[in-house]
Amino acid sequence: MTYSKLAGAGAFMIAISGAASAVQAEDLTLCWAAWDPANALVELSKDFEAQSGHTMNFEFVPWPNFADRMLNELNSGGKLCDLLIGDSQWIGGGAENGHYVQLNNFFDAEGISMDDFAPATVYAYSTWPKGTPNYYALPAMGDANGWFYRKDWFEREDIQAAYMEATGEELREPQSQRELLQIAQFFQGREIDGKTVYGAAIFTERGSEGITMGATGALYTWGFKYENEPGSYDMEGAVNSAEAVEALEFYKEFYETATPPGYTNAYMGESLDAFKSGQVALAMNWFAFFPGLYADPATGGDKIDFFVNPPQNIAASTLGGQGISVVSYSEKQDAALEYIKWFADPAVQAKWWELGGYSAHNAVLNDPGFVESQPFAGDFLVAMEGVQDFWQEPVYAELLLAMQKRVHDYVVADQGTAQEALDKLIEDWTEVFEDEGKL
Amino acid sequence: MSDKTADRVAAATPTHVARKIRGLSDRAIAWIFVAPTIFLLLAVNIFPLIWTVRLSFTDYKANRINREPEWIGLRNYERILTDSDIWLNMQATAHFLFWTIFFQVLIGFTLAWLINKKFKGNDLWTTIIVLPMMLSPAVVGNFWKFLYQPQIGLFNYIIAFFTGKDPSSFEMLGSVDLAPWSIVIVDTWMWTPFVMLICLAGLRSIPDYIYEAAEIDRASKLRQFFTITIPMVLPFLMLAVLFRGIENFKMFDLVVQLTGGGPGSTTELTSINLKREAFEKWRTGYASAYAIILFVTVFGLASIYVKALNKVKER
Repeated sequence: MTYSKLAGAGAFMIAISGAASAVQAEDLTLCWAAWDPANALVELSKDFEAQSGHTMNFEFVPWPNFADRMLNELNSGGKLCDLLIGDSQWIGGGAENGHYVQLNNFFDAEGISMDDFAPATVYAYSTWPKGTPNYYALPAMGDANGWFYRKDWFEREDIQAAYMEATGEELREPQSQRELLQIAQFFQGREIDGKTVYGAAIFTERGSEGITMGATGALYTWGFKYENEPGSYDMEGAVNSAEAVEALEFYKEFYETATPPGYTNAYMGESLDAFKSGQVALAMNWFAFFPGLYADPATGGDKIDFFVNPPQNIAASTLGGQGISVVSYSEKQDAALEYIKWFADPAVQAKWWELGGYSAHNAVLNDPGFVESQPFAGDFLVAMEGVQDFWQEPVYAELLLAMQKRVHDYVVADQGTAQEALDKLIEDWTEVFEDEGKL
Repeated sequence: MSDKTADRVAAATPTHVARKIRGLSDRAIAWIFVAPTIFLLLAVNIFPLIWTVRLSFTDYKANRINREPEWIGLRNYERILTDSDIWLNMQATAHFLFWTIFFQVLIGFTLAWLINKKFKGNDLWTTIIVLPMMLSPAVVGNFWKFLYQPQIGLFNYIIAFFTGKDPSSFEMLGSVDLAPWSIVIVDTWMWTPFVMLICLAGLRSIPDYIYEAAEIDRASKLRQFFTITIPMVLPFLMLAVLFRGIENFKMFDLVVQLTGGGPGSTTELTSINLKREAFEKWRTGYASAYAIILFVTVFGLASIYVKALNKVKER
């Protein structure tokens, strides 16, 4: 064979391999909520594109419309999303209604072990029925509801002295829910640098999940339970226990005495705005926002610090976060699974955390340098040890909207008592479970 | 000219088509023209309505495709009609409906009456007044949300200016007592111009000679107003009430933007509640029954109203 023939054969092989990779390359669409971590994921996914030859497209929907938009998509068998980072509560519906691909065989074939991820995240984001080894998602974004505050105000001597005078106690990161309220009340209406500031920004939103996510932050720490026995749907005495009533009364008192005026329908965005504009001393929000808050030039850096949801009777935090699933209606499932395999890699997970995502991989969380890597990293680990989640039943939306209504009616609209709100909530939930044939 | 056109069209019609048409009666040709519309009406309106009625007797859930719906008879209807929360939604809707129509008719008619007087800048004022109804309800909702903001909202500052109250001492959207009025104010602001335009059309349709005859009969201005203006504008006014009534019964976007149905469920109108049942809770059967109840209510009330309107017109 002459040299020119060899060169020709080589060129042919290159052309063939190029054509082959062009055939395999897919346009994948990943759906998620539009928020800070989504931008980090776009950045991270560039590595996947370079490595696999696939192209990544993203469909990010703002949080207030995220559930509506995505659940409509799934229910109609839509092919928009190949990969979906769906909320933890969707896992039951995703599995039972056949929206998500079961990943057990894939995990076994690729050597992906769920033991490599934080147990709380595997339980919450991946399994259905709960706690069984049936996996429908890979933990993608660990999250919990936490708190942040104006460290610069807390450190000011005049404010510390005023707090001591008002309460007889030292101004510090709150160690209990009661202390949290006391601090927020102290700041409510206070003049700081010639400006009136308020106590805390908490969740009071009515339309989607806001007030439930906020109020459960208090309820869980008082010992609130959804059922007397897990899986029994026996709610009387658990949902409306004396502790639960006290916690809900506490949340109402918090709303009435320590939040800015007009704070009747506030969720993540409003909490961030209130804090960044210097309106409040404290605010609750998801850990996912903490990197952005820390980087904020006006209220971040030395001016901010973070703490885990303070305990009351027990230590507990409301779970956020999501798992990544392959949508069963996708025609590009192989490429989507390839993405999951790539995403599960410890090196990718480390970069995910570095870019601002919250990895749930043990290799990242147990790394000796993790706690010091960000000012909120240690708090995140503590929070994830005590997370509790809302119902994850296929009918979670009905259960959630019932709680939204009962809690908002009581806390914001001041209708009835906490006991009545929780009693009515049991009635609503009982009706839902009866319709489902579970009671 | 038209004869020539008709001749040209007839001549251009192919012979086989012309033969077929020639064999059709006028009635058949009329059906050919009407049939597409009837088909569309059946497909888009009547079939979904019948389907909704059928679904209302089941426990069907659109998000549970693997679950076989069960026939549950009148259970959905019974649940809805005995649910005290739904009656509260109905009350909120009735409050909204009554007061928006009341204010819109009152202010709309007054504005029309004033605009109808010939004065300099008349057209400019008409254009300015009509502006709010040209905006999107979603934009209006967001816009007023800021106006109602207790700390920076212009509305609170204006009220504070006149009452001497602290602007942040009251919350239009967050207070159970004020929120129902806050949505009435916004809807009135937005839709009064519509009522005004209809009233203006009514006022301008009254011939001047009637007033001149009344002047000759030495009828006072007040008498002219009550015996000429009001009766002659009444059919127009009733039409405006009908339009606004139907529109506000299904009010959704504006209120969702303003209050989201809150605080609590104070401003949760039936349409918002229905949307939550149908597309958030996915209780399709239940929501179908709910929709049928609302449809029958609106249809019944509108039919009675239209009869009354026709009687007024005949007078």
